[in-house]
Amino acid sequence: MTTTMFTLNAFYGLALAMNMFIIASGLNLIFGVLRVINFAHGMFYMFGAYIIFTVTKSWGAPFFVGVLASAAGLAVIALVIERLLLRHLYGKEHLMQLLFTFAVVLLMSDAAKMIWGTDQYSVGYPAGLGGAVNLGFVVLPQYQLFLCVVGPLIAIAMWLLVDKTRAGRIVRAATQDREMLAALGVNVPMVYAAVFTIGSALAGVGGALAAPRVALVPGMDATIINECFIIVIIGGLGHMWGSFVGALAFGFVVQFGTVWAPNWQDVLPYLLMLAVLIVRPWGLFGQPESGR
Amino acid sequence: MPRRSYLIASAVVVLLLALLPLAGSRHAVDLTTEVMIYALFALSLNVLVGYTGNVSFGHAAYFAIGGYTCAILLTTHGWPLVLAMPAAVLLAGLVAGVVGFFCVRLTQIYFAMLTLAFAMLVWGVAFKWKEVTGGDDGLTGVKLPAMLANHVNYFYFTLVSVAIAIAALWVICHSAFGLTLVAVRENNVRAGFIGVDTRRMRWAAFTVAGAFGGLAGALFGMYHRGMYIENAFWTESAQVLIMVLLGGLYSFVGPIIGAAVLHLLQVFTNQYTPYWPTVLGLILLVIVLVLPDGLVGLVNRFKGRGRRS
Repeated sequence: MTTTMFTLNAFYGLALAMNMFIIASGLNLIFGVLRVINFAHGMFYMFGAYIIFTVTKSWGAPFFVGVLASAAGLAVIALVIERLLLRHLYGKEHLMQLLFTFAVVLLMSDAAKMIWGTDQYSVGYPAGLGGAVNLGFVVLPQYQLFLCVVGPLIAIAMWLLVDKTRAGRIVRAATQDREMLAALGVNVPMVYAAVFTIGSALAGVGGALAAPRVALVPGMDATIINECFIIVIIGGLGHMWGSFVGALAFGFVVQFGTVWAPNWQDVLPYLLMLAVLIVRPWGLFGQPESGR
Repeated sequence: MPRRSYLIASAVVVLLLALLPLAGSRHAVDLTTEVMIYALFALSLNVLVGYTGNVSFGHAAYFAIGGYTCAILLTTHGWPLVLAMPAAVLLAGLVAGVVGFFCVRLTQIYFAMLTLAFAMLVWGVAFKWKEVTGGDDGLTGVKLPAMLANHVNYFYFTLVSVAIAIAALWVICHSAFGLTLVAVRENNVRAGFIGVDTRRMRWAAFTVAGAFGGLAGALFGMYHRGMYIENAFWTESAQVLIMVLLGGLYSFVGPIIGAAVLHLLQVFTNQYTPYWPTVLGLILLVIVLVLPDGLVGLVNRFKGRGRRS
C-alpha cells in the first residue's frame, strides 16, 4: 500500500470514526447518567438524517440549518419520551428500560415509514464543503475533513461541559449518588431529562452529519445502533474518552478492513470488540461494576 | 416429580394437540407447529432470563446456529436427520458455552450488551460466509427426509420433539440445579456464601439455554425449509425476549403462553395491517408500564384477589 493510499484510508477511517463518535457519545452519555441502554438511539440517528433531508431538500434550507433542525427535532422527541414515559421506569429493572427503548424503536420505525415512505434518499454535501483539498501527495475530500474537525470539537466541548462546569459536576454527581444529590437540593429528574435530551440531540446531529455520506433507507438505524454498542463497549460503558478511542478503533478497523479483507469488514469490529473484552471485560477505560 | 394435576394437564394438552390434524385445517396445523417451535425457543431463553435473572439480548444467535447447522448438514452434506439434529443442538450448546464463558464474567446491563454483541457477530458470519450460509439470500431448499415432507407428519415430529424438550427443561428447572439458579437470581452474594459457584451456575444455564435454543432453531429451519439471516438479527432476540416477558418471567409455563399469544397476534395483525411493529411496540409498552410480571402474573394477581375476598 502506497503512502498516498494509506493516508487516504487512514483519513477516511478517521472521518468515519468522528461521525460515529458524535452518535456514540450521546448513547454513552445517556448510559453514564441514566444507566439506560437506549436502543432507540439508532432510530434517533435515522430521524436526524431524515429530518435534514426534509429540511434541505423539500424546504430548501441550507445544510447547517438542517443540522440544527435535526438536533432540535430530536431534542423535542427525546424530551417528550422522557417526560411522558421513560421517567416512570428509572426505579425499575434494566430489562424493562431496555424493552421500553425497544418499543420506542418499533413505534418510531413505523412512524418513519408513514412520514417518509420506504424510498431511498440522499442528501448533498453542504455548499463550500463538496470539493477536495490537495495536500500535494494526497487529495482529501473537504466534507470528511470537516468531520475530522467537528468530532474532536464536540469531544472537547463535552469534556469541558462535564468536567469543568457546575452543570457538569451535577451531572457527574448524578451518576454517583442520585439520592444524595436530591437531598442537596438538586432537581435530579431535570438533570436526567436534560441528559437524555442532549444525548439524543447528539444522535440527531450525528445522523444529520452522516446524511451526505450514507444512503437514507429504512433499517439504517439497526446497523448503527450495533456499531455504537461496539464503540461504547470497547471504550468502556459510560466513559467519554473511552468511546472516543473506541470510535477511532472502529473507524480504522472498518476502513482498513474494507481494503485488506473486503466482505469481512462488517465482522471485524465484532472481533476487535471480542479481543478487547477478553483482555478487559469492562472495556478499555471501564471500571468493574460496583455492587452485584 | 411434578404435581399430578400438572402431569395430567400436560398430557391433556399434548393429546389435544395430537388430535388437531384431524380437524383438517392446514392453516391451524401450520400455525400450531410454529407456535410450538417458538414456545420451545422462549422457554429455552427463560432458563437464563427467568431462572438466573440474566437478560440475554442475543438468544437468536443460538436459534440461528442450530437452524443453520441442521439445514447445512442435511442439505449440503447430506447427513441423516438423526445425526444432523443432535449435531445442531450440540454446536449451539458448544457456542453458547464459549460465549457464555465470557458473558458470565459480567452482570446486568453489561451482560446484556455482550450477549447482543456476540449475537451480532453470529449474524455477521451468517451474512458474510456466503458459500456456506447463502448470505443474505438465505439458505433455501433444505432437504428433509421423505417421511417428514408432509406437513402433518412434520407437525407430529415437532410435537414429539418439543414435548420431550419441554419435559427435559422442566426437569432441569426443577432439579437441584434449577433451584440453585433461582438462589443465584434472588441473592447472588448469599448463594456464593453457602458455597455455590455462582458464575459456573450461570455459565451452565447459559449453555443449556443455548442448546435448547439451537433445537428450536433446527426445528424452525426444517419447517420453513430454509434459514435466513433475519433469524439471527437482534430484533429476533428482542422478539423472543418479549414472548418470555409477555407470558411471565417467573413461571415455567409463562413463556409458552407468551410465545403462543405473541405469534398468533402477529399472524392475525399481519392479515389486516402492515403495521405489526406498532402493535408490538404498544404491547411492549403495556408490559413495561403495567404488566411487568406478564400474563401469568396478571392471572395470579386476580386469583390472589379472589382468595383474599
